[in-house]
Amino acid sequence: MTEFSKKQDRDWKKQRFIGASVCILFVFILLFFRLAYLQIIRGEEYRDLSKKNAVRLKSIKSSRGLIFDRNKKLLVDNRPSFNLKIVLEDAGEVKATIKKLGQFIAVPFQELMESIEQAGNGAVYNPITLKNDISRDQLAIVEAHKFDLPGIHIDIEPTRYYIYKKTAAHLLGYLGQINSKELKTEKYPNVKSGDSIGRYGIEKQFETYLQGKRGGRQVEVDSSGRIIKILRTIDPVAGFDLNLTLDLDLQQTAEKLLEDKAGAVVAIDPENGDILVLASNPSFDQNDFIGGISQKKWEALLFDPGKPMINKAIQAEYPPASTYKIITAMAALEEKHININTTAYCPGFLDYGNRIYRCWNKHGHGNISVIQAIEQSCDVFFYQAGIKVGVDKLAQYATGCGLGKKTGIVLENEKNGLIPTSAWKKKRYRESWQRGETLSIAIGQGYNLVTPLQMAVLIAAVGNGGTLYRPRIVKTIKDGHGLVIKKNEPEITGGLPASKETLDIVRNGLLKAVQGGRGTARRIRLKNIEIAGKTGTAQVYGIKKDDKRELKDLKYSLRDHAWFVCYAPAKNPVIAISVLVEHGEHGSSTAAPIARALIEQYIQLPLIKKILPE
Amino acid sequence: MFDRRLIKNFDWGFMALIFLIGTIGLGILYSALTAGNETISVHVLFKKQMIWMGAGFIVMMIILMIDFRDLDKINLFIYAFCVGLLISVLIFGQLGGGSRRWLLIGFVRIQPSELMKIALIISLASVYSTSISQTGLNFRKLIKPAILCAIPFVLIVNQPDLGTGLLLLLIAGSITLFVKVERKVLYIISGICLVTAPLLWSGLKTYQKSRILTFLDPDRDPLGAGYHIIQSKIAIGSGMLTGKGFLKGTQNALSFLPEHHTDFILSVLAEEWGLMGSSILLLVYFIFLLWGLNIAYNCRNMFGSILAFGITTMIFWQIFINIGMVMGLMPVVGVPLPLVSYGGSSMITNMVGFGILLNISMRNFS
Repeated sequence: MTEFSKKQDRDWKKQRFIGASVCILFVFILLFFRLAYLQIIRGEEYRDLSKKNAVRLKSIKSSRGLIFDRNKKLLVDNRPSFNLKIVLEDAGEVKATIKKLGQFIAVPFQELMESIEQAGNGAVYNPITLKNDISRDQLAIVEAHKFDLPGIHIDIEPTRYYIYKKTAAHLLGYLGQINSKELKTEKYPNVKSGDSIGRYGIEKQFETYLQGKRGGRQVEVDSSGRIIKILRTIDPVAGFDLNLTLDLDLQQTAEKLLEDKAGAVVAIDPENGDILVLASNPSFDQNDFIGGISQKKWEALLFDPGKPMINKAIQAEYPPASTYKIITAMAALEEKHININTTAYCPGFLDYGNRIYRCWNKHGHGNISVIQAIEQSCDVFFYQAGIKVGVDKLAQYATGCGLGKKTGIVLENEKNGLIPTSAWKKKRYRESWQRGETLSIAIGQGYNLVTPLQMAVLIAAVGNGGTLYRPRIVKTIKDGHGLVIKKNEPEITGGLPASKETLDIVRNGLLKAVQGGRGTARRIRLKNIEIAGKTGTAQVYGIKKDDKRELKDLKYSLRDHAWFVCYAPAKNPVIAISVLVEHGEHGSSTAAPIARALIEQYIQLPLIKKILPE
Repeated sequence: MFDRRLIKNFDWGFMALIFLIGTIGLGILYSALTAGNETISVHVLFKKQMIWMGAGFIVMMIILMIDFRDLDKINLFIYAFCVGLLISVLIFGQLGGGSRRWLLIGFVRIQPSELMKIALIISLASVYSTSISQTGLNFRKLIKPAILCAIPFVLIVNQPDLGTGLLLLLIAGSITLFVKVERKVLYIISGICLVTAPLLWSGLKTYQKSRILTFLDPDRDPLGAGYHIIQSKIAIGSGMLTGKGFLKGTQNALSFLPEHHTDFILSVLAEEWGLMGSSILLLVYFIFLLWGLNIAYNCRNMFGSILAFGITTMIFWQIFINIGMVMGLMPVVGVPLPLVSYGGSSMITNMVGFGILLNISMRNFS
């Protein structure tokens, strides 16, 4: 029955269509009544609201997560700041208003207009930030002239505050205003124009945790945009707090000791890889970046010869110098080229391939064993050991000790360092490896490059019996109520390529270097704590034999870098330290005392405090 | 070859209605894009909409050439083609707002779920035209239509686009009720729906749940959807009886009415033309729908009759959902207002629908 023919069928069909029409009619009557209800019965009320453009949405900034040190001391806080904003729709003559405002608060007209131009056309009703963090004087003037400045208002919003100026600046990082390009990506869904996001350091790496969630409120405003009534509010959610492994007091001591020098100090807890100190000098004041750093300050930072914007602990690469003898000793022992009793004779130089390779001690060390060679940092012993091991085997051990690759710290732009092999040289310079070059490598000069952090991780592993940890900065992430959101457990990345016997020999040598009668770092000896360590002096400029100039006469930028790596107490270390002082000349005189001060503070003071309670 | 009677029977009245609504639509769109904003992009969107309308008109003309009865013969082919498009959109589709809805073919972005609506209506009309009976359909006769609905529904909900998926079910459900099902069957199906509703609820995405909850209680999300509804209500209400005048709407500015040129366009009309203007649009839509029913009623071919009814239903639901939404009677789902909201895909789909209606209307003589 595909065609309707009979009358009965036609009636049936008619009935279906009448039913459908009635349904439609009913719906349209409903819609009409709803329209009439909104437009006639409640029309007056809605007209009123619309006249004032009265109901608006105001966004409420969330406060960024706080950052604490390992002892729950607050490092990074938020403080209220007064931010100057404009709502274009309410401002009337925008240019005239801005001109007036500029005169009141002594800010150039152009600077204020810039942010309006950047905001573009779409934002007639959305507040545009004119200037963040105005002073109290400016605030007073703006408030006093409130009625001459239509559309201008001040929001009190949380702003980042770095409590300790310049402290751990490279580690903590800083904030910067988000730009329009970043706003377009969906990477920061919670961020609005005028907001700041982490630009560097932990602030950047943990942005998603620190950020929090914006709140907002529906408000009723009058014709100049002033709030009359708050209709509804959704509170912002503060960002998560970070608990760092950093020790604020120790960090500050390290920075104080580095104050007039350029260099880096890293201290690690050998038991878990916790970063206790990560200092790099010169540093910068992170507070300068809030609300946009001035061009002048930025240029001063960029062109400072001390390179304050570089985190020297992870981004600067230096020849490891004599600290590398740890690797050479380990490789020679493991490969059985030497043992604990093997001695070499050091007359103060080594004649190798028709060239003289000098020991730092031109009088020579005489007959010397591996432990003594580490203690006294005898170059000739390690020249010979290096020759036996060979460049590629040495590189294998260095890589096994975590050199030549990133440690995996959660900071950006960590450098790899460099551990040369014969294949690397072929590729890089299209030249074969020269046998003599192995000698330089064996004592840490030449192509080798390491970062202070790599050396800290290495010396910590030597101290703890061979375990390499990934450096940990953030221990826990907690929400505002103290609930743990994320916990970072210590992470083992590998083990030193050395047996217990080998490590014991090396550790013995390192202990003698400080505690032994001829140790290169014997001057930093402490009364009640045994320190094990190794000094290093990285050549920046090779002094020729016939050069009559003394080291101290050399230009600052040509002087040697000073290294010191150590751990303490020597038996069961609780701290491992790596210090590098650029152009500090001698590891023993400039780098080692810094480490000693840190050890004293970290181990000795708590002991004394325990004995003499306050 | 060309039958004179086609011209003689051409439904000029319906055509005039389409033009009337289209013109009203362009007028509102112009205001929506212009008020409080003088950037170039305004004109670009307006021009684009004109182009879409022109393209839609051409598509409509092409559809007039085909005898609608041929659609009956190739209905499964059309259906399979659209399902194929839906599958490829899941694989190659362009991401937009968190879901894959569009396919890029050359320069044109199409939304296969829109075309699917028409394909499903054709297929259902084809099935029901043979199974229709005065006593109503029994379970056995509902199996095939159920499968026809389920396949595209699952594919569209997976994009995810719950709004269009539900619209599809509403259209199919209306057609099925229209051709009549047995009372017993009706009760059982309603029972099943009630029981499975909680299950469906748990399968929804968080944002979908929150939309429905926000509809039930606008205070839940005063900063998002709840805010749109409040602003939309202010815009509509403030129009009062006669409106504020063309281009004089004050609510009609970007930060007050988001999507005011697409889904919320009715509030622009209501604000500027008041109850008078908006009731006129309602009246025109009402006449339009009755006209569509009349075409369906007058068609002597059962397939054509059900097809015309289905297309009319499709337009009806879009109008009802959209207007209900801007007035706070329905949850905020992205359903555009036919011929008025800005947007190419829905424009083309609707034009295809109108083409089919005109087609049926003018071939009514045999």
